[in-house]
Amino acid sequence: MSNVQIITGNSAAAYGAKLAKVQVVSAYPITPSTSVTETIANWVERGELKAEYVRVESEHSVMTVCISASTVGARVFTSTSSHGLLYMHEQLHWAAGSRLPIVMCCINRGVGAPWSIFNDQQDSISQRDTGWIQIYCRDNQEILDSVIQAYRIAEEVYCPIMVCYDGFVLSHTMMPVDIPDADQVCQFLPPYKPHTILCPEDPRNINPVIFPWQRRDAEGVLRDGYMDMRWKLQHALEESRDVIVRTSRDYAELFGREHGGLLWSYRTDDAEVLIAGMGSIATEATTAADLLREQGIRAGVVGVRVYRPFPRAEVREAFRKAPAIVVFEKNISYGYEGALCADIKAALYGTGIDAPVHNFIAGLGGRDVKAGELADAVRSSLTAITAGKREQQTWLNCVTE
Amino acid sequence: MYEVIWHGRGGQGVVIAAQILAEAAYLQGFKGVTSAPTFGPERRGAPLTASTRISDAPIRTFSQIEKADIAVVLDPSLFGVIDIVGSLKPKGWLIVNTLKKADEVDIHGCFNIAAADAAAIAIRFHLLKEGAPMVNTPMLGVLSRATGLVSRESLEKGLKWKLSGGASATNIAALRAAYEEASIRNHA
Repeated sequence: MSNVQIITGNSAAAYGAKLAKVQVVSAYPITPSTSVTETIANWVERGELKAEYVRVESEHSVMTVCISASTVGARVFTSTSSHGLLYMHEQLHWAAGSRLPIVMCCINRGVGAPWSIFNDQQDSISQRDTGWIQIYCRDNQEILDSVIQAYRIAEEVYCPIMVCYDGFVLSHTMMPVDIPDADQVCQFLPPYKPHTILCPEDPRNINPVIFPWQRRDAEGVLRDGYMDMRWKLQHALEESRDVIVRTSRDYAELFGREHGGLLWSYRTDDAEVLIAGMGSIATEATTAADLLREQGIRAGVVGVRVYRPFPRAEVREAFRKAPAIVVFEKNISYGYEGALCADIKAALYGTGIDAPVHNFIAGLGGRDVKAGELADAVRSSLTAITAGKREQQTWLNCVTE
Repeated sequence: MYEVIWHGRGGQGVVIAAQILAEAAYLQGFKGVTSAPTFGPERRGAPLTASTRISDAPIRTFSQIEKADIAVVLDPSLFGVIDIVGSLKPKGWLIVNTLKKADEVDIHGCFNIAAADAAAIAIRFHLLKEGAPMVNTPMLGVLSRATGLVSRESLEKGLKWKLSGGASATNIAALRAAYEEASIRNHA
């Protein structure tokens, strides 16, 4: 029996957390994420979700609550946006370094100054190197399903996961979402087993100062130095790719929805140009690809679902036969180019794939991005490529004079 | 795909109306529906819009609607404030809450007009919020009668889905009255 409701992305995220039976939730409200934890707070208050809801004075404290609760064995959840996420920055490193399977929704929003409450992905992209897995969702169904999947992935590889989706564009847009059966979700998601049990009967000192070199502990066991532990985190993220793909496949078997694991593609088989993106701009790009095909240009879309770990092999495979690549993204690595474009180019290094790669920075601070504009942009890129321009960075619909 | 823009003022139930239309359309069998408010902060009394997209296939566009097939105007004073007609496709529908009949509405162009005195209907059925008539559900009835895009029966199901028992009964009564009382003027 399917249970479809017409809900916002924020409701979808809240349902995901509820179905995952999270035990501790802490949050500090920030637009556009607020209604996620507002909804959860309501469920906790009415006894519909048996969880501890911890009110704190800042996002920095939110993440410390999540770290503490996860350390003592609770399944934890939070959500935030923009400056809230940036305020957590130090604790994001701490969560990943402690190898805690915290799941957090990042409802993507631009970063000040100047103030913007509107959507882009600068917030989560700027947290790229904190050791968190990052998943970017293309619609509200994927948000709900990804939150549930995230717990299974995180608790298997002991890494925290950020489920990212575009503020307002998805967070406040209602669309049909199939809400899975709670018993089936239980079947999919086994209870959380922490790697370290911290309890009064067995006191431990976790994360003390660590030396550069390996060292014997009080029992004479040789323990990792700082760098060895960093390698283990890097290795865990590299190895998590298989877990992410397997989890996506298992989820599809049980619930009938496959969101693509690390990466998805749309009408790419015969494509003369491939459009790449993450999140809702990639959804919009599928409509642009349809428009381009109506105009006689065989366009396809490659959606990067998981940005960290970066799907190196899958990107290589997806672009293997691409005559031209156009990357649209809602972030900028100042002084260089869009973060996704840079990573795609790096993945293609040494493979013999020699397609021109054009980069469009689009939709910063909520500037509307229409499918027709994406199609026009692709056409302009193809003209420039024909004229010999192999690399190009363009700011879409932006005054650049 | 059909695109509907709702024009109203903060507090008039614009966002809820856009949602109920999306839900009713889904119940009727449209696989793709979305509804969205104007993105950003909301203020009571300020002009605002919400949108509904309706399609046979799942919707893969979330950008702002450029030209709507249907524009619903909950507050006719907005005609002097924003360019409502400019956001309407040729041969589209302009659906207005007004004291006038559709033939008397003094707006002309290549579009169809449907009109009803939704405020009077709301008052008649005690659809009031903080003393103000809630014209959003009656306007759903006018939309259904004029365009046939979503049937009255589906809208009634949508209202039942969305609202509690007592509230849904009065809203359905108002919707039916507006459906019956709507006047229509087809484009030349």
